[in-house]
Amino acid sequence: MKALIKKLVETTGPSGYEAQIRAVVRAEVEPYADEITVDALGNLIVRKGKRSEKGLKIMLAAHIDEIGVIVTHVDAEGFVRFTTLGGVRPHTCVGGRVRFLNGVSGVISMEPPDDLTKQPTFEQLFIDVGLSSNKDAPVKVGDVAAFDRPFLDLGDRLVAKSMDDRIGAAVLIEALRKVKKTPNELYFVFSVQEEVGTRGATTAAYGLDPDLGLAVDVTGTGDTPRRTKVRMQVSLGKGPAIKVRDGGMLADPRVIDWMVRTAEKAKLPYQLEILEGGTTDARAMQLARAGVPAGCLSIPSRYIHSPSEMVDYNDVQQAVKLMVALVSQPVELK
Amino acid sequence: MIEFLPFLKNLLSASGLSGYETAVRPQIEQAWAPLTDQLSISRLGSLHGLCRGNAAEPRPSILLSAHMDAIGLMVTAIVEGYLRVTSIGGIDARVLPGQLVTVHGREDLPGVVASPERRLLPKHVTEGAVPLEYLLIDTGRLPAEVEKLVRIGDLVSFAQEPFETVGETLVGHSLDNRASVAVVTVCLDELKNRPHAWDVWAVASVQEEVSLGGAFTSGYQLRPSLAVAVDVTFANGPGSPSHKTFPMGKGPTLVWGPNVHPALFKAFKELAERLEIPYTLEVAPRHTGTDGFALQVVGEGIPNLVMGIPLRYMHTPVEMVSLKDITRAGRLLAEFIAQLDEHFMEKIMWED
Amino acid sequence: MMTKNNPEFRLPRIGKAQISLLERLSNACAVSGDEGEVRKIVMEQVKPYADDVKVDALGNVLVTRRGKGVPRLKVMLAAHMDEVGMMITVDEDDGIYRFEVVGGIDAWKLVGKPILIGKDHVPGVIGFKPIHLTDADERKKPVSLDNLRIDTGPVTGKVKVGDRATFATRFIQLGPSLRGKALDDRLGIATLIELVRTAPPQIDLQAAFTVQEENGLRGARVASYAFDPDLAIVLDSTPAYDQPTWDDTENTSYNTRLGAGPAIYVADGATLSDPRLVQHLVQTAEAYDIPYQIRQPGSGGTDAGAIHKQRAGIPSISISVPGRYHHSPAALARLSDWQHTLTLVAAALLQLKPDFLTTQER
Repeated sequence: MKALIKKLVETTGPSGYEAQIRAVVRAEVEPYADEITVDALGNLIVRKGKRSEKGLKIMLAAHIDEIGVIVTHVDAEGFVRFTTLGGVRPHTCVGGRVRFLNGVSGVISMEPPDDLTKQPTFEQLFIDVGLSSNKDAPVKVGDVAAFDRPFLDLGDRLVAKSMDDRIGAAVLIEALRKVKKTPNELYFVFSVQEEVGTRGATTAAYGLDPDLGLAVDVTGTGDTPRRTKVRMQVSLGKGPAIKVRDGGMLADPRVIDWMVRTAEKAKLPYQLEILEGGTTDARAMQLARAGVPAGCLSIPSRYIHSPSEMVDYNDVQQAVKLMVALVSQPVELK
Repeated sequence: MIEFLPFLKNLLSASGLSGYETAVRPQIEQAWAPLTDQLSISRLGSLHGLCRGNAAEPRPSILLSAHMDAIGLMVTAIVEGYLRVTSIGGIDARVLPGQLVTVHGREDLPGVVASPERRLLPKHVTEGAVPLEYLLIDTGRLPAEVEKLVRIGDLVSFAQEPFETVGETLVGHSLDNRASVAVVTVCLDELKNRPHAWDVWAVASVQEEVSLGGAFTSGYQLRPSLAVAVDVTFANGPGSPSHKTFPMGKGPTLVWGPNVHPALFKAFKELAERLEIPYTLEVAPRHTGTDGFALQVVGEGIPNLVMGIPLRYMHTPVEMVSLKDITRAGRLLAEFIAQLDEHFMEKIMWED
Repeated sequence: MMTKNNPEFRLPRIGKAQISLLERLSNACAVSGDEGEVRKIVMEQVKPYADDVKVDALGNVLVTRRGKGVPRLKVMLAAHMDEVGMMITVDEDDGIYRFEVVGGIDAWKLVGKPILIGKDHVPGVIGFKPIHLTDADERKKPVSLDNLRIDTGPVTGKVKVGDRATFATRFIQLGPSLRGKALDDRLGIATLIELVRTAPPQIDLQAAFTVQEENGLRGARVASYAFDPDLAIVLDSTPAYDQPTWDDTENTSYNTRLGAGPAIYVADGATLSDPRLVQHLVQTAEAYDIPYQIRQPGSGGTDAGAIHKQRAGIPSISISVPGRYHHSPAALARLSDWQHTLTLVAAALLQLKPDFLTTQER
């Protein structure tokens, strides 16, 4: 599965501009899909199975967009000013490299600071693509770019930019490949524009009107050094996480129970997750139309929204197993 | 007119935090069963009660929404037998130290919220304003037992029992918004023996405190012609600025502003004045922070009104309301519904 | 493809009648939630040209002008009728009132300004403490809304709690420029009225004159749900911060510039425009030789923010006449930018083929 993950994370696809990553995903899922559609916002929707009497219509969502930057101005000396797409933080940018959709590469740097103890603001940052003036600049206002870092395999631990949420997409692709029989009608939704407000999942959920919604996304961990913030109770290597709540939603208790029961029955490891900030496509699904019982299967990840997000490979593989177990049987929500 | 009091006190003794409203829904179901023609549950767990009208089909409908979810806490970690928590809904952490709570684990465990000793906190934290993440809940049980009985994700609600004061006010946690559930119940009770043309959907909605999710989804499912959201509003009281609060005991508030259809406001105002039911004008220039904010923009849009029940000390365990205000609000709603006829929707025109 | 050289084809122009209409619109008072004065003008202007006109539950005016030919794209255009303003919250007697703002207005823009209150446009002021009674420290602090009051003069009963108030600025043309209050978004409204009048024949035009954009894009949300269009173009106004920097260095955050033409949105705080629509507008502008600029990506939002997320998703874009000093008493825009915006959108509508969305994925 590592080759698949590498291919996904090394593709450029910031929010709103997912065509390239969608093509990569499409090539991976085409042989296994019963039906493929692309909707008005660019969500890739893959159907597998038809709903039988005991089955439910289930929407599974992993977002293929990543956080990125968009050009606001190219100044007279060729320095590129930018603003963010999604939750990018200044302190993860400085010294980093970006790749534009059109292939141009650059490095992010900053104006000399007045106060080294303070975090820079985005107004103090700029991208240098190697120009001396803005004449014939290869980028213009509105062009988009994402972090540029190669995939790093540390054995059990994998590091890359856009693990959020290409790792979720990888889990769904693998699950799609492994699901043999199911009484359920499954919609694997590779959603767009999650990072700017779960926009793709909002419209995809409206279009599908599922009986049940499950997102696959990353969540944080509490297993790194800290001085003042209380630890989150999720760690790398202890299994995928079943989301109880995050900053934007409370997972449906019936869905949580179903996920826990399934994991215990299949003897798969899991952790219970409460994330203080941030949310996922599950929130969008929950509020669609007349409401959808929704939850989220989370991949624990360190350093989220930095260019080097780290996940545990075993967690990822267990997540695939759990996902297959969840969707291959009749669902009982009680 | 105070038969609803035992019902309301019962609601205030139940949990039913946002997302976990099954703990309080059965009591409301039980009260609404004899007052409605049909009860059903939405996909997110809101309770829908239908009172059919007597006009010919297709009949217009009015939806009354009162959220049944309450704020509280959720266990995030178990450390040496103590519990760490996060909040569900908006809680000012400064009100928590010393509060009695109930931990809903494998069994209900009484607990107290503790603010740790100054020495055990990071330097930047001020005593008396300790952020929620550092507070602890102590159940008095030994760590091994706590590990067995409590899990991450378990809920914690305030243990404050409701009580009445002199002057007919009721004190308790979760009067936001169980007081409004009582209002809707009073309305249904009044309508029981009154003919009415329109269908009435009484909705005890879920998750208002976190996402207005119940209002959005029930509104979408039921698509009423009109909607009224009943929620608590800020009553005058110590510590709250007088220009942003409203008198307690002088009737419900009727909200005026972009979140309310002006013709609906006027209809309620005129009715209240005709029936001599006291009310207060509540100006809401931007949003109302209630189910009404969601209902107004469901589907093709729903003309709606927001009615407020003045309440002191909102989002603390000692919220306070006037029982008379509940009766008045319920009655005003019932009278409004009783006089709705097939021409009312024509009157909801934008007059220009 | 039809170009400006085709004699059969005439694009709409801004003349005295259009400027006069804009003047009426700018001088009308319509704070979010209370758009009646503008709604009345809109209804009067569009009724002669519309196949359907409806006022919905929130007060949006929904106008349909059907085209000919099959198949046809349903194209929604939106412009918002509401302006930022104030609402009276407490009567403190003697003609003095507390108020709150509706939509985003900084408190410091309010001090020392004349205002109009209520349906009768009762004149009043938001005063400011005389300098003589202040000290140097005080003058360094920004104004707080809590200290400001509306004053109608020492009378009671002329206005009441709940009344809305706006700036009192009268519209005026200043050479190549137009100055007035609420050019955000009366410019969009005037443009949309013109487009309804001159709608091209090969599309179904769904024109939404929306309410409550300034307090959360609320009208557009239900309007687009009702219309269920194939795509949407929003006509809003966007700030031009094209002023000199204090030290004469390059201004890199101008957002848009006056005189540089209609501002096409690639991204703002609420919407990532459909790239197909960006390409269409840019190509149309270049084919018709219309100047245009790309609005700097950043914060802010338009009705497109609500529209594109409705139903199963609606490809959307915004285009604005740039203006200085929006959300303040006197905004300023260039007549030429307005003309070019109108021309560009009209041409873009004309050039929309029925297979626009099916030839290319987003």
